[in-house]
Amino acid sequence: MALLEVQDLHTFYGSIEALKGISFQVDEGEIVALLGSNGAGKTTTLRSISGLERARSGSVRFAGQEIQRTAAHRIVQLGLGHVPEGRRIFVNLTVEENLMLGGYLLRRTPHEVQLRRDEVFERLPRLLERRHQLAGTLSGGEQQMLAIGRALITRPRLLALDEPSMGLAPILVQAIFHTIAEIRKSGTAILLVEQNARQALRLADRGYVLETGSIVLQDDAKALAENRRVQAAYLGGEPEVAL
Amino acid sequence: MSVFVQYLVNGLTIGSFYALVALGYTMIYGIIRLINFAHGDLFMVGAFAGWLVVAAAAGMHLPVAMQLLLALLIAMLAVGLLAMGIERVAYQPLLKSSRLSILITALGVSLALENGAMIAFGAGFDTFPANILPLTGFHLFGAQVGYVQVAMFALALLLMVGLYLFVQFTPVGTAMRALSFDQDAARLMGINVEGVVLITFLLGGSLAAASGVMMGLYYTQINFMMGFLMGLRAFTAAVLGGIGNIPGAMVGGLLIGVLQSLSAGYISSQWQDVIVFAVLILVLVFKPTGIFGERVVERM
Repeated sequence: MALLEVQDLHTFYGSIEALKGISFQVDEGEIVALLGSNGAGKTTTLRSISGLERARSGSVRFAGQEIQRTAAHRIVQLGLGHVPEGRRIFVNLTVEENLMLGGYLLRRTPHEVQLRRDEVFERLPRLLERRHQLAGTLSGGEQQMLAIGRALITRPRLLALDEPSMGLAPILVQAIFHTIAEIRKSGTAILLVEQNARQALRLADRGYVLETGSIVLQDDAKALAENRRVQAAYLGGEPEVAL
Repeated sequence: MSVFVQYLVNGLTIGSFYALVALGYTMIYGIIRLINFAHGDLFMVGAFAGWLVVAAAAGMHLPVAMQLLLALLIAMLAVGLLAMGIERVAYQPLLKSSRLSILITALGVSLALENGAMIAFGAGFDTFPANILPLTGFHLFGAQVGYVQVAMFALALLLMVGLYLFVQFTPVGTAMRALSFDQDAARLMGINVEGVVLITFLLGGSLAAASGVMMGLYYTQINFMMGFLMGLRAFTAAVLGGIGNIPGAMVGGLLIGVLQSLSAGYISSQWQDVIVFAVLILVLVFKPTGIFGERVVERM
């Protein structure tokens, strides 16, 4: 059964229809890539799922429950984590405080939060070295690691990642993708929005291609990577192939 | 020297009242970027609530210490709940609208509270019972320091330290600091942003009420307009310390209190507010982020 099932979702910014009825799904333990150029609606899709944006119509079901009208902080509680575009860590707080906020829902069991924080430190040792620093003083890669680590504390069943490799040096991109693979191994499904389509498709099981608010292609990751339209538009392939 | 110390002692006492009100301004600004013009009026409502409790408790022949404790606690609770109600009814529906509509709403709430108090308590002055507080004290560098002044200063300090610890070291306090920076990211942490904003109003309102009760006891006279000037002075204190900054509001409040006391003493009490507000203008011109503010205030 699908863990996340989105059906005919329409989201508007004022009178502009940013999502024109998209449908897709993510199964338990899967990595699904969401590809598309700037302005195609990838970020809007994630924001509509996690409750930061209110879709006008359509349905979002998570773990069998309709969440399209559920408040964002309750959706997190259900086990759907979202690492937003641009990381959005709290730069005015320390690394440790950022992680503690990741465990905000578990605040009545501080011992559990500490346990899980230590797990994150184990997985991302750079954060341990810098735990008392203000998050704003971290490098871009470290900030991204913090954003992901912070979302992992609740042990989400599905983690939505918005452009995790954006603005990072190639070696850090490798590290981020490695981390994502590790997260999947622990049983968390991943919905991955990426500009770096080549990397994303290498990691993903399946993928969807968004264009101006609609899903125009969907297939196995491998098939998408070999698709000429995808190659032309997102993988820097033959330019003469018409879209 | 002894006169100077006297002004200093008096200034620190009233400064601690300003600081308590300034804290509410700064917390609410920090969290929803609203200059809550009704905040000074919550201080006034707190003074009246305390006055009512003292009158009722005196009628029941409770000991004075009990009267004062009840007045403080009930006023803080009542005004904290009032502040929450105001946020829920008047501000929350406007949080996504333009800054101007919510600012004008705050002015409206201020007028409603002032006129409501005038209808309820009349336009004249009400007084706390004379001699409810001991007039004894001690000498310090030739200045007369009342035990009451010491107690009030200590209580104000205690509340401020309590607030600081809450904001700095509890999950909800950390959530406040987080959502003052990025509301959407806070929601993604599972933080109920609306709930945390309500808690902020509860805390701000109770601190203002504590200040109102103490100020009423200190000067013995209360009036429905007393929140207006207090609001302006406490706002000045918050800006001086760096709006949005909690230690800044504490220091700013004490500084404004001392400044006012010194200008009233050495120049003239008629000039004290001119000098206080001149400071506001100078801060806004030369260091708009205040003493502790580093972050540039990005939007209104």
